[in-house]
Amino acid sequence: MVEKVLMYGNHALVEGVIYAGCRLFAGYPITPQNEIPEYMSIRMNEIGGVFLQTESELAAINMLFGAASVGTRAMTSSSSPGISLMQEGLSYIAGADVPVLVTNIVRGGPGLGNIAPAQSDYYQATKGGGHGDYFTITLAPESAQELFEFPRLAFELAEKYRNPAVILADGLLGQMMEPVAFNYEPIDPKTLPEQDWWLTGCKGRERRVIRSYDLRPGKLEDWNWRRYEKYQKILKEEQRFEAIDCNDADIIIVAYGTSARVSRAAVRIAREKGIKAGLLRPITVWPFPNNILFELSKRVEHFLVVEMSCGQMIDDVRLAIECRSKVYLLGRPGGGIPTAQEIFEKIRVTLGGGK
Amino acid sequence: MKMTFGRPKGLTDILQRYCPGCGHGIVHRIIGELFIEMNIREKAVGIAPVGCSVFADEYFNCDMIQVPHGRATAVATGIKRARPDLFVFSYQGDGDLAAIGTAETIHSAARNENFTVIFINNAIYGMTGGQLAPTTLPGMRSTTSVKGRDIVKQGYPLKICELLNALDGPYYLERCAIDTPKNIIKTKKAIKTAFQYQLENRGFSLIEILSMCPTGWGVTPVPAKKWIGEVMSKYYLLGEFRNRMKETK
Repeated sequence: MVEKVLMYGNHALVEGVIYAGCRLFAGYPITPQNEIPEYMSIRMNEIGGVFLQTESELAAINMLFGAASVGTRAMTSSSSPGISLMQEGLSYIAGADVPVLVTNIVRGGPGLGNIAPAQSDYYQATKGGGHGDYFTITLAPESAQELFEFPRLAFELAEKYRNPAVILADGLLGQMMEPVAFNYEPIDPKTLPEQDWWLTGCKGRERRVIRSYDLRPGKLEDWNWRRYEKYQKILKEEQRFEAIDCNDADIIIVAYGTSARVSRAAVRIAREKGIKAGLLRPITVWPFPNNILFELSKRVEHFLVVEMSCGQMIDDVRLAIECRSKVYLLGRPGGGIPTAQEIFEKIRVTLGGGK
Repeated sequence: MKMTFGRPKGLTDILQRYCPGCGHGIVHRIIGELFIEMNIREKAVGIAPVGCSVFADEYFNCDMIQVPHGRATAVATGIKRARPDLFVFSYQGDGDLAAIGTAETIHSAARNENFTVIFINNAIYGMTGGQLAPTTLPGMRSTTSVKGRDIVKQGYPLKICELLNALDGPYYLERCAIDTPKNIIKTKKAIKTAFQYQLENRGFSLIEILSMCPTGWGVTPVPAKKWIGEVMSKYYLLGEFRNRMKETK
C-alpha cells in the first residue's frame, strides 16, 4: 500500500512532472496557476533541474522547443491568455515533430476574462490551437491524483508520437487539497533512451536538422499526410475515458475535469431518486473517446453534456454519436461552475420528470 | 593537382541560394572556418531564424534547428540550459532580432545566457522583398517607405549594441562590418573571441555585422559595399561596446 500525502492539485502536478523526469521548466506568472512555478522553482533547484521565469509565454514555449530538441523532458504551465500566446510556438513544435508538455489551468475568457475555473479553451486545446494541420495530445485530469500521474503519461505519449501534449485543467483542481499516492518510482532522465532525432552535436554521425518548413513543391503536403497518419493512429489507439454507471443508463452525462467531478455527485443523486443516469468522462479530450460514445449511442437515447463553457465539447459528442441520440447542454461559461443539484434538475427535466 | 582553397568543412556542400553580393555567404564562411579551427563543429547546435538566413539550417555543417521568427535566443536558452556541454549559436537578421524578437534578445542578454548571437544588420527586410526594417536608416528607402524613412511617421532605428550595452548582463558586444577585407578579418576575430568566451562559460556575446543587401537596397554589389563604409557605418559606429574580460583585467 502506497502512503498517501494530502496536497494541493497544483503541487501534485509539480511532483508528477519531476517524477516523470522533466528537468526544465520555463514559464511566465499568470493567475490561477502561480503555485505551479513557485513550487517548481523550489523543486527544480533541489534536484538540479532548470527553472526559468521568462520574459513572456512566447519565450517560455520556445525554451521548451530548444530543450526538448536536445533530449530533455521540458514543460511549461500557464493559463488561458498565456496559452494563446504560446500557440505560435506550439504550431512550430508540432510542425517539427517535437514532444513537449504544456499545462493549461484554464480560466474564464475571452480576453482577460477572469481568474475563475473554466473549460472554454476546449476548442483551442483539441483542434490544434495554432496555424496549420496539427493536433495536441490533450489529457483532462479530474483529481490531484491524476494531476500527479498525467505528466508521466503525457510525456510518454508525446515522445511515442513525437508531438506536443497538453494537460487541460482548471484552477479548482489546482487549488483543491486531496490525498495523493506517489505510486511509481521517479524516472531518472538519464535512463531514457537517446532518440535518433535529438540534437546532441554531430560527432561520429551525420548532422541532424529540426525544422517545420519545407519549400520544395509537394514535400510539405507529403509531410502533412504522414503526420495525419500519425494522428489517425493516435485516434485509433489512445482514446481514454472512464465510464461510471453507463451499462444500464437511460441518460449519460458527458463531462471532463471539474465538470465530471460535479457530475459524479449528480449521478449519485439521480440514482438515489431512481433515475438511471451514468457518466462518461473523457480522459483524453484529444483523441476524443469517439468509440465508446458511438457504442453507447446504439442503446442510450439521451446524452447531457456538462461543460464550463457555452458548449464546445458538445460538438465532439454529436460527431461521435453521429446524431443518433438526443444531445443536451448544461453550459456555464465565464467562470461559472455547475452544482450537482443543477445537473440533477437538468436530468429530471430532460427525462420528462418536471415542469 | 593540389587544392589550395575550398569550402571549409564547417559548411555543407549545398549550393547557397543567397543573392549575388549578399553578405550572408561571407559570414557563413567565417563561422564554417571557425568550426574547424576551434574544433567546435561536432558539439555545435546552430539556430536558424526566419528571414533570408532561414536556410542556414542547410548550410552550416552541424546540428541545426530552425525556429519561429524572433525566438532564436529563447530556443538557444532552452538548449544551453538543458545541455551546457553543447556549443550554441543563433544566426539572426535585423527583423528577427531587433523587431519581432527584441524582447527575447534583451532578456537573453540580461540573463547573460552562455551562447553566441550572430546578428546580421543589413537595414532591410530581404526575404519579404525590401520592406522597412527596425534598422533602416533615417531617409533610407524601402518598399514600405518609398520616399525614405520618415522619422516623424516611422520613428528611429534601433541601435542594438548601444541598447544592450545599457544592461549589466551581456559579456561581450561588438559591431563589425564585412565591406572590406580588413573588416572581414576583424569580424572573424570578433566572432572567434565570442566563441572562445562561450567555451570558457563567460556568458552572452553578440556580434552585430553590417552586411550588404544589394537586392533589397536596389544597387549592385560594389556600390552596396561602398555604402556600408560611407553611410551605414557612420550611423552604426563600429567597435567593441562591451568586453567584460578587459574590464576585469
